Amino acid sequence: MTGEQLSDAGAAEILTVDGVSVSLGGRQVLDEVSFAIGAGEFTGLIGPNGAGKTTLLRVILGLQRPAAGRVAVLGRPRSVRAQPVGYVPQKVLLDPDMPMRARDLVALGLDGSRYGLRLPSKKRGQAVGEMLHAVDAERFADARVGNLSGGEQQRVLIAHALISRPRLLLLDEPLANLDLRSGQEIVSLLARIAAEQQIAVLLSAHEMNPLLPVMDRIVYLAGGRAASGPAGQVVTTEVLSRLYGHHVDVLHVHGRVLVVAGSGDDQLAAVPLPAAEAS
Amino acid sequence: MHQVYNAVFEPGFFASAQVHTAVTLGGLVAVVCGITGVFTVMRGQSFAGHALGDVSAAGGSGALLAGLSPVAGFVGLGVIGAGVMDMIGVQRVRNRDLATGIVLGAAIGLSALFLYLTSVTGATTGAVQQVLFGSIFTTPSGTIPVVAFLGAIALTSLAVICRPLLLATVSPDIAVARGVPVRLIGVVYMLALAVSVGLSSVATGAILSTALLIGPAAAALRLTRRVGRALGLACLLGVLSTWLGVLLAYDSYYWGSSHDGLPVSFFIVAVIFITYLVSGMPALRAGGRTGQPVAPAAAAERDKVAA
Repeated sequence: MTGEQLSDAGAAEILTVDGVSVSLGGRQVLDEVSFAIGAGEFTGLIGPNGAGKTTLLRVILGLQRPAAGRVAVLGRPRSVRAQPVGYVPQKVLLDPDMPMRARDLVALGLDGSRYGLRLPSKKRGQAVGEMLHAVDAERFADARVGNLSGGEQQRVLIAHALISRPRLLLLDEPLANLDLRSGQEIVSLLARIAAEQQIAVLLSAHEMNPLLPVMDRIVYLAGGRAASGPAGQVVTTEVLSRLYGHHVDVLHVHGRVLVVAGSGDDQLAAVPLPAAEAS
Repeated sequence: MHQVYNAVFEPGFFASAQVHTAVTLGGLVAVVCGITGVFTVMRGQSFAGHALGDVSAAGGSGALLAGLSPVAGFVGLGVIGAGVMDMIGVQRVRNRDLATGIVLGAAIGLSALFLYLTSVTGATTGAVQQVLFGSIFTTPSGTIPVVAFLGAIALTSLAVICRPLLLATVSPDIAVARGVPVRLIGVVYMLALAVSVGLSSVATGAILSTALLIGPAAAALRLTRRVGRALGLACLLGVLSTWLGVLLAYDSYYWGSSHDGLPVSFFIVAVIFITYLVSGMPALRAGGRTGQPVAPAAAAERDKVAA
């Protein structure tokens, strides 16, 4: 079954994922996933745990070879050496004993993959300062990264990923370990950066509600298949039921969206989506 | 005044050729170990460093048995040991302890065999003491250029890979995504570590080589928030500890009535240990958000939050 594409991406396509299938250990993790993201678009990659979100991000990064299909960034085939992609991985544990200030980690985003000693440079210091300002991290720029809160560390990692001026920013579950308020701050920060710098942002999350106010598009993954488009068109009872392969209901409760297994369905006990937690 | 001076620097300290050699060798080794050690502590590979020390012991005792300079054995077998550890799986955190433990066990077994054979053949007196616990006072001065050359190789390798190594230490995922050959970087680092530990074995003996590698680096990491400064500080603490250890060992010859000097390795390791303890004093620690030393109450609060 081909992934559904309910509307086309904007004029300038940054990322094209075309019919990507991946099998890991005999299990079909991704099944002909297709979607595209344009410049300045904030896209949520939503799906329950185990839906293949991390695998899809790894394919886009060039770390996982798909069994079929192709990925293009700025129209060119993705390779790990080409650098127009920024990446914030899941669960980066920054050691409190690591002798590194927030600004040092951001500077590593500029030249961390280069060899040899680094010479002092005023220009680099300035670029780091501007980046810290852009993610509102100047307050703790000189603190040890390992001592920062989860939300603060996310800001530093985002600055680290953005300072090399990528056109595409991938974030793997950046909200997973954050409290609600820090999560909202990170989401609005990313939405602002996407719009201001015309960067395509693809953010994975198992919970879509914090993203709904700012998301331009949604890529919904379930059972290895994907549906993409504006959230209002994708997160519907019809589309998601087809995706899951059984009936689910999409409920709107006080501005929040809940996806629950529909009544009369014998798989009711195995609801693959976590219910939205009460706030 | 003069008496105090004489009590600190017992007669002949500055004139002794053995002291000159010990101070030069110790200083060189401490610089190499200080730099390497900072990366070792940050990467959490102290155990691998210790295992390479045991491999060095096997190499040093084997070299003595074969009539070679212990330095060749210390470094040579250490490099081979690092290669074996990498093959077994030092790259994966889960396999790391396993690989390290297997190599460590085999190395100690070899040391036992070589040292036994050395004692039976009677080729060298004091081999056990020399290989395991060091003999910086009796090391020939011709060793200095060899140590300097090997140390320069280790430090040059680290200088070349320092930024990718740092990135891979912060997050292997980010490093891989940026196109850093994380595996290769890890191998180069392990080889530099093996050389550093081998050189450390020259100064303090193979068993105590970890102390010079880890101690000054661990103390330095407590005192600063910046990698560059940690590297400099680790060198400084290592060199001062080694020199103070040499001085105390020299002076110990004049202590008591028996006129037997105490082992220099003991003093070096003791000074390093005390340095590490002192670096943990809250007033000295640099970990705060503002860059100011963290007050004890704030530090406790922070640790609670971190936990």
